[in-house]
Amino acid sequence: MTKSPDIAAPPPGWITVARKEIADHLHSARMLVVAGLLTVTGVAAVYAAGGRIRDVASAATDDPALFLKLFTISIENTPFAFVNFVALIGPLLGIAFGFDAVSSERSQRTLPRLLAQPIHRDDIVNGKFVAGLAVIGILLTALMALVAAVGIIRLGIVPRPDQVARLLVYLAVSCVYIGVWLAFALMLSILLHRAATAALTGIGAWLVLSLLAGLIVQMVAGVFTTPGTIENAEMQQALGRLSPAFLYEEVTAALLTPELRTLGVILPEQAFRAVPSQLPLGQSLLLVWPQLAALVALTAVIFALAYVAFLRQEVRL
Amino acid sequence: MDDSVTRPAGPAEAARPGVTTVLDAADLDVIRIDRLTKRYGDVTAVDRLDLRVRRGEVFGLLGPNGAGKTTTILTLLGLIEPTSGSVRVLGLNPVTQAIKVKQQVGYVPDSVGFYPTMTGRENLRYTARLNGLRHAEDRIADALDQVGLADAADRRAGAYSRGMLQRLGIADALVKNPSVMILDEPTIAIDPEGVQLVLSLIRRLRDERGMTVLLSSHLLYQVQEVCDRVGIFVRGRLVAAGSVRELSERLAQGRTVTEIQVGGDVDAAARRVAELDEVQQVDREGDLLVAVCTADVRARIAETLIGAGHPLLHLRQRSSHLDEIYHRYFHDEIT
Repeated sequence: MTKSPDIAAPPPGWITVARKEIADHLHSARMLVVAGLLTVTGVAAVYAAGGRIRDVASAATDDPALFLKLFTISIENTPFAFVNFVALIGPLLGIAFGFDAVSSERSQRTLPRLLAQPIHRDDIVNGKFVAGLAVIGILLTALMALVAAVGIIRLGIVPRPDQVARLLVYLAVSCVYIGVWLAFALMLSILLHRAATAALTGIGAWLVLSLLAGLIVQMVAGVFTTPGTIENAEMQQALGRLSPAFLYEEVTAALLTPELRTLGVILPEQAFRAVPSQLPLGQSLLLVWPQLAALVALTAVIFALAYVAFLRQEVRL
Repeated sequence: MDDSVTRPAGPAEAARPGVTTVLDAADLDVIRIDRLTKRYGDVTAVDRLDLRVRRGEVFGLLGPNGAGKTTTILTLLGLIEPTSGSVRVLGLNPVTQAIKVKQQVGYVPDSVGFYPTMTGRENLRYTARLNGLRHAEDRIADALDQVGLADAADRRAGAYSRGMLQRLGIADALVKNPSVMILDEPTIAIDPEGVQLVLSLIRRLRDERGMTVLLSSHLLYQVQEVCDRVGIFVRGRLVAAGSVRELSERLAQGRTVTEIQVGGDVDAAARRVAELDEVQQVDREGDLLVAVCTADVRARIAETLIGAGHPLLHLRQRSSHLDEIYHRYFHDEIT
């Protein structure tokens, strides 16, 4: 009976790994950079939107979704609202907290030692993913709380329960979306041995899928259909949905714009004489349920790929 | 705990026909490798390896780089699955019971690394947590003390020298209080003083804690003094195993080599020595005469030389170095 008294129901390995990784992230320089970046964008978005929201508020005196406008109204003369900032910077966050997750263990030569501890091999990947997601979740929650707080103080509007629920769902979906990128970065850190290569690949994919996707989709759709027709618009939408960025944009729109009734192509005659009204949260969610499912599935698939790659990989590589 | 260690070995052995008294021997063999083969595509890294490491001994797995030493070690930890053959560590199968094996086996990898921004102590604390040890501060302090890093414990590991990292690696493996230690190239890339520290540490682990130690190295000189037994490993195959003395005797085939140093006319002295019946050959190596003899004739050589008036300054029977042994086996293997 060699069991020591101090072994008492130890926590699973992934929790230990996640705790250490979270502590590392919180103390790291990249955390400072990312937090700084987020603070600046958050404050900029809310201050800039603050000016315009008064105009909106005076135009639609009893707009029930006024508080949500704080997040969706773009800064004057730019296409950037708070949600656009998150959509743009979110993937970068995922990449920042994942691109060197496993390759740094290799370059510091700590991986063989880590694998020789009595934990399952997948505990390492799981722990790192959970840690990354937790830190991102904390940052994003803090950022939204900051924006909401500044909005409440500056504009004097108080959110209603329905709007709070919408914002919480939006927060959760944003975490899932960033999770896609975190899983992707984690996979790169396993497959590519140099952190710099992984970071570049991740940023490249991010550029293609979120910034250039619209352009590419337009080009491809233009080849097969005549621009300006319904077919063209529908094809653009179908192709665009291949990119997680586009899916996320649709979800965001449905969640934070309660007036939005459909994501499909609408002709002016179809909208003619439609009574402007707002959907309840449940109906908005129903609208983007396929997109939500796709985002969750995509995270799961990419994470599974990373996972399998890690389990099959040679220890000494 | 002990029951569960020996039980898996029991039925497996009983199932083998014609083997009845193997249980006692199995208890002594902490590591048993039978016909282990590992192939990567066309390359055979380990080829039908048989190896036994007994309880409480320091076993040196020696061979040139790329001989398959690390592959063998990683197989013992369940980090590489064998293509064929069986591996048992403390009676456990590392492929199916990896966690149990890793609870009891301390492993210090080849040029071990630590998280540079954490202190030595923090690094060990992480290892202790991964091992499910909650209140391990005393154990960590003890391990650091054992390897002589108590003073440097709260410095960042990034500032450690290679030799310190190696010792921290040993402390790291000690935290879980293992019954077996596996060290991959423990003396590589550290200065001679560091090598001596590491070697004396290995000796202490065996003598004071009764630990079984398996170490691999290609620097035979450095490790020969701590190894109770060694195995010479070349191109995935174990070409010889035994204590250093056994190997050298087997290699010498009854011949001995004697070093002689005389003052005065060295050539005349060489001729005198060569005239003896048991002396096959006399060579000069600088100041030394080196006589290859069929038996130990040191007394006769001394008598002869002093009788002939040569001042005898030095007389010593050379024991075969592991280096010689290794070169010999290595060359046999290549040609």
